[in-house]
Amino acid sequence: MNGYVGTPTSRVDGRAKVTGAAKYAGEFAADGLLHGFIVDATVPRGRITRLDTSDALKVKGVVDVLTHTHRVALADKDEAWKDEVAPEKGSPFRPLYDDRVKFNGQPIALVIAEDWETAKFAATRVRVEYEQEAFATDLETERGTSAKVDQPHKPRGDAAAALAGAAVRHEADYVLPTEHHNPMELYATTAVWDGSGSLTVYDKTQGVQNVHKYLCGVFDMKPEDIRVVSPYVGGAFGSGLRPQHQVVLATLAALALKRSVRVVLTRQQMYGLGYRPMTIERVALGAKSDGTLDAVTHEAIAVTSRYEDFSRNDTGWAEQLYKSPNSRLSHKLVHLDVATPCDMRAPGAATGVCALECAMDELAVALKLDPIELRLKCYSDRDQSEDLPFSSKQLRECYARGAEAFGWARRNPAPRAMRDGKDLVGWGMATGVWEALQMPVAVRIVLTANGHAEVSCAASDIGTGTYTIMAQVAADALGLPIGNIDVKLADSTLPQAPVEGGSWMAASSAHAVLGAAEDIRQELARLAKAIPDSPLGGLNASEMVLVDGTISKAGDKSRAVAIADAMRHGKLERIEKQKLNQFAEDKSHARNTHSAVFAEVKVDEELGVIRVTRVVSAVAAGRILNTKTGRSQIMGSVVWGIGMALHEETVMDHRFGRIMNANIGEYHIPVNADIHDIDVIFVDEPDDRINKLGVKGLGEIGIVGVPAAIANAVYHATGKRVRHFPITLDKLLG
Amino acid sequence: MNNFQYSRANDVADVIRLLAADPGAKLIAGGTNLIDLMKENVERPSRLIDISRLPLRNVEETPDQGLRIGALVPNSDLAYHPLIEQRYPLLASAILAGASAQLRNMASVGGNLMQRTRCAYFYDTTTPCNKREPGSGCSAIDGLNRNHAILGASNSCIATNPSDMSVALAALGALVHIAGPTGERTIALTDFHRIPGDKPHVDTNLSTGEIITAIGLPPRGFARNYSYLKIRDRLSYAFALVSVAAALELEGNAISEARLALGGVAHKPWRRLEAEAALRGQAATPDHFGRAADLLLEGAVAGSHNGFKLELARRAVVRTLMQAASGTPQSQAHKKIA
Ligand SMILES: Cc1cc2nc3c(=O)[nH]c(=O)nc-3n(C[C@H](O)[C@H](O)[C@H](O)COP(=O)(O)OP(=O)(O)OC[C@H]3O[C@@H](n4cnc5c(N)ncnc54)[C@H](O)[C@@H]3O)c2cc1C
Ligand code: SF4
Repeated sequence: MNGYVGTPTSRVDGRAKVTGAAKYAGEFAADGLLHGFIVDATVPRGRITRLDTSDALKVKGVVDVLTHTHRVALADKDEAWKDEVAPEKGSPFRPLYDDRVKFNGQPIALVIAEDWETAKFAATRVRVEYEQEAFATDLETERGTSAKVDQPHKPRGDAAAALAGAAVRHEADYVLPTEHHNPMELYATTAVWDGSGSLTVYDKTQGVQNVHKYLCGVFDMKPEDIRVVSPYVGGAFGSGLRPQHQVVLATLAALALKRSVRVVLTRQQMYGLGYRPMTIERVALGAKSDGTLDAVTHEAIAVTSRYEDFSRNDTGWAEQLYKSPNSRLSHKLVHLDVATPCDMRAPGAATGVCALECAMDELAVALKLDPIELRLKCYSDRDQSEDLPFSSKQLRECYARGAEAFGWARRNPAPRAMRDGKDLVGWGMATGVWEALQMPVAVRIVLTANGHAEVSCAASDIGTGTYTIMAQVAADALGLPIGNIDVKLADSTLPQAPVEGGSWMAASSAHAVLGAAEDIRQELARLAKAIPDSPLGGLNASEMVLVDGTISKAGDKSRAVAIADAMRHGKLERIEKQKLNQFAEDKSHARNTHSAVFAEVKVDEELGVIRVTRVVSAVAAGRILNTKTGRSQIMGSVVWGIGMALHEETVMDHRFGRIMNANIGEYHIPVNADIHDIDVIFVDEPDDRINKLGVKGLGEIGIVGVPAAIANAVYHATGKRVRHFPITLDKLLG
Repeated sequence: MNNFQYSRANDVADVIRLLAADPGAKLIAGGTNLIDLMKENVERPSRLIDISRLPLRNVEETPDQGLRIGALVPNSDLAYHPLIEQRYPLLASAILAGASAQLRNMASVGGNLMQRTRCAYFYDTTTPCNKREPGSGCSAIDGLNRNHAILGASNSCIATNPSDMSVALAALGALVHIAGPTGERTIALTDFHRIPGDKPHVDTNLSTGEIITAIGLPPRGFARNYSYLKIRDRLSYAFALVSVAAALELEGNAISEARLALGGVAHKPWRRLEAEAALRGQAATPDHFGRAADLLLEGAVAGSHNGFKLELARRAVVRTLMQAASGTPQSQAHKKIA
């Protein structure tokens, strides 16, 4: 295998995307297409006492208004509503199910009209009255009501005693606000009615088969009567892991009206979906005076809804990073009158590691140690929670390579000691860590005698580059030019794939391609050997490789049969192989990706204005399948990390339980003017244990550690520690 | 969004006739503010009078050596107009500090002057807001008011005017030319926007039935010593927390004329002649600039979340005056506050 894998191959779908040929869920046409517009609840909790649609129905062009009292049947058991990604505990939200309002912005009616403008206009004519109930949406005031959730991490030793006796101690709360994903593409579904009761549902999602199973359950439909398709996704970042409101509503309307229906959320309505939950992270570190750790405690208090317990691993990361004989970790939830949170890039780690890495920086200051030195002193070669070695862990190399590229050795450790003209300069660093997961994925390859192959799988490409890496792996495995590979994705009728998330899709889909390609190779070997006087006669299949459109003896191109010839002789126009790849379970090793992030900030102290002028991110994530799309993943993550550090925050007025900046004008993400140099380094990390290709996945590791590196740099620049994110200028001035 | 009638006006007389005929009508120029507000059901005009094709797109020199800028000149065209770049670079700079390139291409001078506050409650029809619904209360006073006013506010409204362009125009002593049913009139830009008092729903002194036809600029352009500094939560594409327009005329190091206006702090661009008078005849030093800032900010009061603006505004004034005095105005293109 050699050729495309590991190179900076351009996206195979790039041209389709920039020319507009790539179609997104809200762009599919259908005869007689109707348009739905959602009416949202404007109170956070209560009952709908009156939902008067008569004025809306009078609007010319309105076809119907669906509500909880006027709709087709919806499943009444939670099991049907529990998708692949639903929290174990709880009862998922059911749009238009009953009169209960559980969160502000909840969909309560769907106006369906001949065109979108009419539907939107008529939606303002729906009259709603509520019986409001007392509600709470503020984590900080409700913090006392938190309840502990089960987490796998067992306490080790006696952390409280060790902390009390520690020579040097640091303890603080770090507050990470609610954040919304704000993908560029709005959530959209076009449900196409085929005239005889079956539906093709074009949906924006990270998992077509998840949506498919969910819709079958919710609407009690036969699997063959629904097909879910999502060829392109304009960003999702976790918000599309679970089926969203619009897909239920578009399907509901199509079934009710027996017509094709499209529902597109507005940007404002996207703030009624899931989000990264606000967390208060309390970290305590106790160290010996030599800088080795004695105790780590990390408690996270996070928001969830009243109807589902969403929680992620915020607190377990010190177990993998820093050696400490004593540790105690806990995760608590506060149930509020809000929508259920959901995964957002590196859920748990982006927030939890931020707190941990700020705390480590504060400990380094207390110990008068260089922050890297402290981390090296505490470096853990084992995952302490399970007491396992890592399949590979080149984090030391990340520190070294990152520090060198950044020029860390020139750092004056004293805060406020470095300047550039008027500006204070700060250099900070932090560690990143994420999981290297892999899931069962099936791939079908159809090889035709003209040397073209179609590679298909139900996996989504949410913009990460799945199309491209699958094409690369297939091209190498089949010995064909990449232009001859056609990848088809994200159709629920294609071979099995889980949702695209958790950074597992690159490794999982790549190995599924390898599995199916191997079967093709075996078949070609059989055919090639069967040719009279075959140059491959007498060879075992294991001695043959696919290269340059031929099957040939490994290392000897002179003994080769063209794929076309092998197939012609076998009288085959096509070879079709489908294979489910499952990774052997290996409980003997922990599998993680790591990074070392270095940030330079320049702070105009008088005005409180912070610029992140340089970021170096050194990443160890096994083998990088595509250094171009891989680098883009890390760069995008760094930009997002800058946003987490300085800009992003969903602001709620807790008197109304309403989000007050539900648009991308007022919800700030970094703009180009905020972004300077970003340097991505991929550290070599051979790993023959994790999987055949040594691939770990890159989707999430890039954001972890970035906000902490920046916060630490801000401290180094100014001597001021801001622990309540984002670090806006008022917090620096105050 | 509500249903509305649409009329296209061919000339100013047409506009005045159409306005008189339909008291619920609104003018639409670039639409970048009005359409947003209509989508949120904040503005519900019965009729849109499209003025975008009116012949008010010229930038002309006036006999007194000033300029007359048609109300429909797009913000971008104005910012890059040679006469503005050369003679009134403070205005060009302030415009370029606002919104985004795409919005500036659509936005008109008249629309920019008339743009409404960005107070989040004003935009959310489920919350009380005296500006949107007189008498309903002000949600910001005891709510989220980090972006709100520290000067000239009232018990009924603490909103700020979001325009950058207006801050520079205030400093430059611009005039607003208005046409209406009773003829034409001209008022100073500093008298154009109101403070909220007990009528926060009235943003400006433009009367019903009137249209802005042009902006007048006096001859003095302060092209050598000026700066527009905008402090915000990210370096571009955000409204000002505080902005400062500063313009000086210097004789040696002595100030012979000074102009100073603040944005993001009040219901209107904030200018106080006392602050400018205090600078005249003084040396261009941080101390004198600090004193001018104190005068400009006299009477400022903070709400629960915007206390930082008091000191920020003072420091920003000093910084901007320093930039102006040294002839190194804030760049709106560099990724950096100088
Ligand atoms: C996301 C976003 C960010 C922005 N950021 C900034 C910023 O940072 N700084 C800034 O200054 N601005 C900013 N803006 C606002 C922008 O400058 C204004 O929307 C624009 O100037 C309005 O001009 P328009 O021609 O589009 O007005 P319209 O939307 O057409 O009209 C606005 C109002 O003016 C009235 N009107 C228009 N022309 C006349 C006239 N000749 N006489 C009388 N009344 C008239 C209309 O009736 C309406 O009430 C931003 C806008 C958006 C959407
Ligand atoms: S500050 Fe003014 S605009 Fe904002 S809520 Fe109060 S009254 Fe409304």
